[in-house]
Amino acid sequence: MTPRLADVWVYLAATPLLWLTVTLVVYQGAYWLYRRAGFHPLANPVAISIGVLVVVLDVSGTPYAAYFDGAQFVHFLLGPATVALAIPLFAQLGKLRRAWLPVLGGLFVGSVTAIGSAVGIAWALGASPTTLVSLAPKSATTPIAMGVAEQLGGLPSLTAVLVVSTGIVGAVSAKYVLDALGIRDHAVRGFAVGVAAHGIGTARAFQVSEEAGAFAGLGMGLNGVATAALFPLLVWLLA
Amino acid sequence: MLAALTLFLVFQLAGEVLARALGLPVPGPVIGLAALFAVLALRGRVATEVRETANGLLSHLSLLFVPAGTGVLVHLDRIGAELVPIAVALVASTVLTIAATALTMRWLARYVREEAP
Repeated sequence: MTPRLADVWVYLAATPLLWLTVTLVVYQGAYWLYRRAGFHPLANPVAISIGVLVVVLDVSGTPYAAYFDGAQFVHFLLGPATVALAIPLFAQLGKLRRAWLPVLGGLFVGSVTAIGSAVGIAWALGASPTTLVSLAPKSATTPIAMGVAEQLGGLPSLTAVLVVSTGIVGAVSAKYVLDALGIRDHAVRGFAVGVAAHGIGTARAFQVSEEAGAFAGLGMGLNGVATAALFPLLVWLLA
Repeated sequence: MLAALTLFLVFQLAGEVLARALGLPVPGPVIGLAALFAVLALRGRVATEVRETANGLLSHLSLLFVPAGTGVLVHLDRIGAELVPIAVALVASTVLTIAATALTMRWLARYVREEAP
């Protein structure tokens, strides 16, 4: 780099502007691809964005902490977006009143399956205890999963990565799993994706239908609460 | 848009305060979601502005997970060393969870329908 370019880089690297902008530009590009692919689940925009960003950060020698200084403004919006899920959920109030038993039953079985099968399979394949605790709350939404993992001796930042990976797997695979089982009700499809794959699954469900999205948001919120309650209980029972 | 965004932040803040004051293991935004839902259910309607802002915020919900996911950079060594257990557990458990949740709901929905007069 010429001295002047190097000066520009030093300036940019010290402000949040650069990585915030890069995050938005990369996501727009990934979303454009996703739309071009006819919203095919395999062209998941979160997975593509993360892949591109990891390469960009690696090539430019930028540490993750410096990147996050800029990207945290996007990350922060997870909070108000979670609160905003109350609005599509309210629109489904009538359906929710009729379906409270299937919802609560599905939630309980789904939440126990999410924690139990993840820990059981990873343990059988020889994962370390730290990884097991970090992996267990993977189906809950990021802030809940990170909090629960930290309380019980996991690595919150590893949990965040595993949670996002779970969301991508859920968003990509849900259509095939649910089609194979012959589940057609959009409320059931959405709820199952929300329980298993939190906000990323919910984002995917909203692209399919408003009803699926609303029930996915419900599944995400309820499984957040269920994971926060069940996971410490399971650890206590097994310890 | 500003009023609606403020509304969401106020509920999030109230949720955070409640979670900390009472030592609840549930994060603030989830309590805020439950509280806002309760208020809407009591009130029976949503202002257009609030609905439009929520739609705007939620239409790109997946963007909001990108910064956390990029943290994979920090954990490449651990994930590389334990790739098989992590990858198999993630994929199998997620597929099992979707299937178990959906099948339980379908089964219970049938039961409810048979019970209904």
